[in-house]
Amino acid sequence: MTASGTLDRRAVVRELLTDRGDLLVVAGLGASAWDITAAGDCATNLPLWGGMGGAAMIGLGVALAQPSRRVLVITGDGEMLMGIGSLATIAITRPANLSVVVLDNEHYSETGGQETATRHGVDLAAIAKGAGIADSRTLHAMQEIGPLRQAIHAAEAPLFAVVKVAAGNQPLVLPPREGAFLTARFREAVLGPAAHHQL
Amino acid sequence: MDRDALEMRPDAAASWPDQIYDTLKAHGITEVALVPDAGHSRLIRRCLADSAMRVVTLTTEEEGVAMLVGSWLGGAKGVLLMQSSGVGNCVNMLSVPVLHRAPLPMLVTMRGDFGEFNPAQIPMGSATQAVLEAMGTMVRRADTPGDVAPVVDAVIRLAFNTFRPTAALLGQRLIGAKTFGKD
Repeated sequence: MTASGTLDRRAVVRELLTDRGDLLVVAGLGASAWDITAAGDCATNLPLWGGMGGAAMIGLGVALAQPSRRVLVITGDGEMLMGIGSLATIAITRPANLSVVVLDNEHYSETGGQETATRHGVDLAAIAKGAGIADSRTLHAMQEIGPLRQAIHAAEAPLFAVVKVAAGNQPLVLPPREGAFLTARFREAVLGPAAHHQL
Repeated sequence: MDRDALEMRPDAAASWPDQIYDTLKAHGITEVALVPDAGHSRLIRRCLADSAMRVVTLTTEEEGVAMLVGSWLGGAKGVLLMQSSGVGNCVNMLSVPVLHRAPLPMLVTMRGDFGEFNPAQIPMGSATQAVLEAMGTMVRRADTPGDVAPVVDAVIRLAFNTFRPTAALLGQRLIGAKTFGKD
């Protein structure tokens, strides 16, 4: 597998989640979920095991419900392509506290490394910009990740970033698989013990 | 032919769309995700006019399934409005509220159900309830005006009291009343 990116996705995610404070993180299924778990599993992580194409919209739902919290969606190029219309929905909804970062290795790496559309020139940042997310960028170098992290914590409008990463699989670092547990711990982290008594 | 024969909407005299709005308010629903349907047009207008409700117009209905899981994760209560054809777009995404025990009430206006004109509406309209139930959604139907408020109230309660996707199917017989060119 060859990709135009060279960055180590685990190093990128580790850097993005440095000093994350109360940042809420949703990760798309597969490698992105393993990446946030490798950086440190915690209650404010929501790693997905399915629902391909839904990561950005789950992030939007959280961001709208919790406007005072920062929300970061980390997902892959295949997952983003499947939910590509959500970029339009996010753009018109304009949450000031939502960032979407696509770790673009140009392949479906979990299923044997088949090429995605980004391998053939589809430009996700251009699509996001065209949808109306003004701050849409494509990053190729590690030194760009620190400024991206700062922007995620300071943005006043939706932010979209494609990070070109190397193809190939990293060691599996699996998060908990029980969805009810992931939901309850996330809600408790956000809402406190009252989360379990909400009617 | 009359456009109202193609896209059925409730009679201007029907009070059930307003009763749905009142039911949403009674349950503290603040997030309204939707792909428009003529049958929901008055309800959508009521929601848009309400500054305490956030209406999010989706590009496809499955986005709403994912979004409302996120709403619940953040402590907000929402509802998904769609036409029966949109249920087909939601199938795999329904695995997310099932796995994550997230409340997800859906209010579905039926097509292909009773006196349909458009043959394209028949396959999905015929499959709507079976598809929802196959994906673990509890389904209740309303086919008369008097059924609407109690059925919508019941599916919202089932969703938030028992943490699962639920759906109210609003029958075409209910929606397709004579319109007199108004909604």
